[in-house]
Amino acid sequence: MADDVILQLRDITKTFPGVRALDRVNFDLRRGEVHALVGENGAGKSTLMHIVGGVYRPDSGDILVGGRPVRLRSAHDAALRGISVVHQELSLAPNLSVAENIFANRQPVRLGDLIDSGALEGRTRELLHRFSLDLSPRALVKHLSVAQQQVLEILKAMSYRPRVLVLDEPTSSLTALDTQRLFRNMDQLKAEGTSLIYISHHLGEIFQVADRVTVLRDGRHVETLPAAGLTEDAIVRRMVGRTLGNIYGERASDIGPEYFRVEAASGGRFHDVRFALRRGEILGLAGLVGAGRTELARALFGAERLAAGSLTLDGRLLRIRSPNEAIAAGIGYLTEDRKDQGLFLRMTVRDNCIAPALARFAGRLGMMDERRAAAFAEAARTRFGIVTPSVRQTVRNLSGGNQQKVLLAMWMGTAPKVLIADEPTRGVDVGAKSEIYRLLRQLAAAGVGIILISSDLLEVLGLADRILVMRQGRIAGAFARSEATEENVIACASGVGQECPSG
Amino acid sequence: MAELELGTPRRNLARKLADQREFVLVVILLATVGGVAIASPESMTLDNLYAVLLALSFQAIVAIGMTILLISGGFDLSVGSTAGLAAAVAGLAMVNGVPVVAGILLGLGVGAAVGLVNGLFIARIGINPFITTLGMMGVVRGLVDIITQGRNISGLPDAFKWIGQGTVLGVQHPILICLVLVAIGDLLLRKSRFLRQNYYIGGGEKAAVLSGINVNRMKIFNYALTGVLAAVAGLITAARFGNVSVTLGKNLELQVITAVIIGGASLQGGEGTVLGALLGSLLMAMIVTAINIFHVDIYWNTFIIGATLLVAVLIDVVSKKKRSAV
Repeated sequence: MADDVILQLRDITKTFPGVRALDRVNFDLRRGEVHALVGENGAGKSTLMHIVGGVYRPDSGDILVGGRPVRLRSAHDAALRGISVVHQELSLAPNLSVAENIFANRQPVRLGDLIDSGALEGRTRELLHRFSLDLSPRALVKHLSVAQQQVLEILKAMSYRPRVLVLDEPTSSLTALDTQRLFRNMDQLKAEGTSLIYISHHLGEIFQVADRVTVLRDGRHVETLPAAGLTEDAIVRRMVGRTLGNIYGERASDIGPEYFRVEAASGGRFHDVRFALRRGEILGLAGLVGAGRTELARALFGAERLAAGSLTLDGRLLRIRSPNEAIAAGIGYLTEDRKDQGLFLRMTVRDNCIAPALARFAGRLGMMDERRAAAFAEAARTRFGIVTPSVRQTVRNLSGGNQQKVLLAMWMGTAPKVLIADEPTRGVDVGAKSEIYRLLRQLAAAGVGIILISSDLLEVLGLADRILVMRQGRIAGAFARSEATEENVIACASGVGQECPSG
Repeated sequence: MAELELGTPRRNLARKLADQREFVLVVILLATVGGVAIASPESMTLDNLYAVLLALSFQAIVAIGMTILLISGGFDLSVGSTAGLAAAVAGLAMVNGVPVVAGILLGLGVGAAVGLVNGLFIARIGINPFITTLGMMGVVRGLVDIITQGRNISGLPDAFKWIGQGTVLGVQHPILICLVLVAIGDLLLRKSRFLRQNYYIGGGEKAAVLSGINVNRMKIFNYALTGVLAAVAGLITAARFGNVSVTLGKNLELQVITAVIIGGASLQGGEGTVLGALLGSLLMAMIVTAINIFHVDIYWNTFIIGATLLVAVLIDVVSKKKRSAV
C-alpha cells in the first residue's frame, strides 16, 4: 500500500507573522487518484498547495515524493520533480502566443539558445490535440476569453507531464461545458497515471470527480474520507464545525408591490429587456457567461450607456447617466469583481465602508466628521459580522468572504432602494456565504428589492423568489421559484430543448 | 448555441496587420517619404538619406537596450548621462596616452558599471526605476562635469576618430554599426530564449518567477546591457564629431524613449520590438527632415516630436479600447 502513495506531507507546519497557517498537517496522495481538498477561506488550502508547489518552504515537517524525502527550493524545482500547480491567479503573458505561454522559458531551442519555432508550434499542436482543444498556437493570449485563458493555464501545467497536478479553483471562470471538458481531461490524465489534487468551493464538483476528500479547518487536518457515500452536509459540517442547515435561508416577510420597472432597455450587449421588481423580492438573473447580465446591470447603474429604454422607480421616471445619479436615485450595485472594481484594497475597512456615501459623513464646510464615520464603520462591522482586528485594517488583508461583506456594508451605507448584487459570493467559502445570504435576506425583509446575478445556479435557486433567464442579450424566459429546476433553467439559458416559460 | 466555444475568433487580415505596429509605421514612413519626394524631388538624394540615417544611428543603438528594458517593465532615464560619461572617460584616457582599444574598453566598462548600479538599486534593493535612473542621471552627469571641469575634450587620436568618420562603400561607420547591432538585437529578441524571458517578466513578474525565470538576474543584465549600449553611442558620437562635448548625450533619453514608444513598446511592459524602435527613430528623423525641407522653423522641432509621441500613444490606446469593447 505504501508504494501506492506518490506524495506525502507529514506534520507540515507553517507560520506567518501573527498567524499559524498550517499546524502539523498530514496529507497523502495515491497514484492515479483525484484527491479533493476543501475548507473555508483561511483554512490553509492555498498555503498547503504553495508548499507542495515549492513556492513556500515549511517551517517543519517532511515532504516525500515517491517515498523519498525532498526539499523543494522553488516552483521550478517542484516542476522538475513532477509537481505542477495551477494557481487561482492567472499567470499568462498577455502579449505572447499560446505556444510561448505553454512552454514559458522551456521553448525548444537549437544552436544553443535560438528558439525553434517549428518545433514549438508542433509540440503545442500535439498538446492541444491531446486535450481536444480548438485553439491556435499562434493566438495571442490577450485575444482569448477568460475561459480560454483559464483552460490554457491548465494546459500549461499539464504540458509538464507531471506526476502530481494541483488544480486550485480551476472552474471559477469556466462555463458548464468547459467544466465537463476539464473533467474528461482529468479522467484521461488519471488513466495515464497522473495523480490530482483538486481544490474547489463548488462541492457539487467534488462529488463528480473526487476519489477522496480531505477537509482542513483553521490550519489543521480535520479528516480524510472516501468520496463515495459522502454528503454535502457531512463535508460542510467538518469544514465549519457545525451544521449549517439550509444556507440559503427562508423568506422572512411578504413581498410587496411592484415599484421598479425596466422597459425596453437596450445597450451594447442587451436588447429590449423588460421586467419589474417588487419590494422585498429577490429576483434572480440567470444565464450563461456572455449573456449580457453584467452589462445590463452596469447600464441600470449608469456605469454604461443605456441606448434606449426607461427606468421607473416608485412611479418616477429615472434619468441616470452616471453611477452618481444612480446612487442618488437609490440604486446600489455590488460589482462582480470586488478586487478591481468594488473595493479600495489599499484603504482601511472604515474608508471603504463610507466611500459611496461620503456626503453623508461630511459636517460643516464639507469637512469629514470622523466620529460619525468611525461609528458607522463599527456598526457595520458588528452588523455584517466582518472578521477583522479593527476597522483600521487594510481591506487587502481580509479573506475573500470578509471583503465581500465590506463591499455589502459599503453599499448599505447608501440606503439603496434597489440593490443589484453581481456574483455576491464568488470566491467566498461556505461559512461566509451563508452569512451573506442571511444579510441579503435581511435586506429584502426591510423592503429592498434585490436583483441577484449569479452563475451559481444552486445559489439562484436557493435565494430567488423569481428567476429571469437571459440569453444572448435578451430575456429568454421567466420561472417562478416553485417551477424552476437546474435542468430547465440551464436548458432555457442555452437555448436547448423546449420553449422557455414566460412566467 | 450561446455557449462560448473554445476557438480563436476569426480576425481578418486587415485587423491583424493594423495590430502590428511595425506595419503601421512602415505605411506612415512611406507616406512621409512620398510626401517629401513629391514636394521636393531634388532632396531625394543618397547623401540626404545617409544624413538622416547618421543622425538617428546614435539613438537607435541605445533604443535596443531601452526596448528590452521597457518590455521587462523597466525604464532608464540615465542613458544620456551614461553616454556622456563613457565618452568623457575614454576621451580623457586617450588624450593622455592610453591606447585607443584600451580607451574604448574603459568607456564600455563605465557604461556597464552605471548599468550595474542601476540594476542593483532596482532589482536588489527594489527602488522604483523612474526614481533610480532619474537620480543616476544627475549623479552621472555631475561626474562628467567634475572630470571635464566643464571643458570639452579635443585632440582625440586619429585611429579613434576613424571609427566614427570612416566609410565603407560610401556608408558611414556609425550607420553600419547601428544597423548591425539593431539586426542582432532584433533577431535575438525574437529568437533567443534568454532574451525572451523579458516578455514573460513584463507580462507578469510573479508568473515569470513561477516559470523558473530569475527575474532579478535578468533585470540587472538589462540595465547593464543598456549602459553598455549607451556607452557605445557615446563613444561613436565622440569619434564622429572628433571631440567630447561636455553636453554629449543631453536629452538623449527623451529621444530614445519617444522612439521606442512610437515603435510599439508600452510603459506597462510586455510589448515592443527592436525593429519597431528603429522604425520609430526613423519616423522621428523623417519628420525632422521634412521640417527642414519644408523650411519650417527649427523651433518647431521639439513641439512636433512631442506631438508625434502623443498621437502615437493616442492611436494605440484608442485602438486597444475598440478591440476590447467588441
